[in-house]
Amino acid sequence: MSSAGKASEQATTEKVRHEWPLYEVFVRSKRGLNHVHVGSLHAADDEMALRHARDLYTRRNEGVSIWVVKAEHIAASSPDEKDPFFAPSADKVYRHPTFYDIPENVPHM
Amino acid sequence: MTTTNTAPAAEPVTELEEHFNRTIQRDQRIEPRDWMPEGYRKTLIRQIAQHAHSEIIGMQPEGNWITRAPSLRRKAILLAKVQDEAGHGLYLYSAAETLGADRGELTERLLAGKQKYSSIFNYPTLTFADVGVIGWLVDGAAICNQVPLCRSSYGPYARAMIRICKEESFHQRQGYELLMTMMRGTEEQRRMVQDAVNRWWWPSLMMFGPPDDQSKHTAQSMAWKIKRHTNDELRQKFVDMTVPQAEALGVTLPDPELKWNPERGHYDFGQIDWDEFQRVISGNGPCNAQRIAARKRAHEEGAWVREAAAAYARKQRERQQRQEAAA
Ligand SMILES: [Fe+2]
Ligand SMILES: [Fe+2]
Repeated sequence: MSSAGKASEQATTEKVRHEWPLYEVFVRSKRGLNHVHVGSLHAADDEMALRHARDLYTRRNEGVSIWVVKAEHIAASSPDEKDPFFAPSADKVYRHPTFYDIPENVPHM
Repeated sequence: MTTTNTAPAAEPVTELEEHFNRTIQRDQRIEPRDWMPEGYRKTLIRQIAQHAHSEIIGMQPEGNWITRAPSLRRKAILLAKVQDEAGHGLYLYSAAETLGADRGELTERLLAGKQKYSSIFNYPTLTFADVGVIGWLVDGAAICNQVPLCRSSYGPYARAMIRICKEESFHQRQGYELLMTMMRGTEEQRRMVQDAVNRWWWPSLMMFGPPDDQSKHTAQSMAWKIKRHTNDELRQKFVDMTVPQAEALGVTLPDPELKWNPERGHYDFGQIDWDEFQRVISGNGPCNAQRIAARKRAHEEGAWVREAAAAYARKQRERQQRQEAAA
């Protein structure tokens, strides 16, 4: 292949890479459960992302429903526990059932 | 090795680094958006990419037999197995991308010979018995390597490994069952199995990497809990697991020094030919050129599909935008 041909091929690869966006994949493993993040993949559009997600992440009945979301559309907080975003939940202990003392003789509580 | 691979805690640390070290020490996972030392990120990208490439290149030796499988049952099994390996590669590329690596770039680095893959896939598959032996020994060794990686300190890598390990058990069992079937067959079939075992045994032991005293990355990777066991520990575990399986199958492992050592509580085994390992890993094994050429061809011949899909998506998007503008 000529060097010009090679250069144009590389440019095409470059372009394709940017045009197949990254999708995050979420799978509901069975009815009654939430969709859970399982990984990511690249696809040209939403429909292809769903098809690929089906083949990649549910080859063994791992799911009954799939969501795909372009990664760029996800807003995320830092998962770092130092981040103040999650701080309020640690000091509101009364949100947890174990905060309340219930006598032993009260059933089903 | 002592100066370059000091544990992270031994160096003067920033607050961020200290937080990172504490997270590792408490056996918690590092997640993509956490601060991490550059070395940790680089080591992971190198290891995960190498692992992903191995899964992808690893489709070829067995793929070689799909069209010539002896029955529809074996063909369906082999297709499913090879498809799983493609999936493993993609789970791992996906994990590498959470570290800022680009999948397209990783593929280019593989094709340019700048990133490695497991030396085992540079050996040829000469008979259908090789398919069984790969499932039994190569996937068996992979399981040994991968089970501890399910607890690796980097979250996305550990989760990809959990998914992979669930699928590997099928790979190993289908291989072993295939071999049991052949061992119940004719004398010639039994000879084929033994011949395949003879050829794959030593390369399988090399899959665990160089001996501990020559492994460049082990000390730092263990300090960071990316790796949980040394190469030699995992190799020993594999040998101990495999000997009774070989006995049950009725084959001989090609090592006259292989013997139970009651004092160590392990099997002793002979010297591995590390020169061969070096030769194969540096590009001069029996099939290196063929494997990369096939991967390159697939990549280039698939280019028009990638371009067509991108063009179609672009067209759909533009049409939708026009409709929205008109409405
Ligand atoms: Fe695999
Ligand atoms: Fe496998």
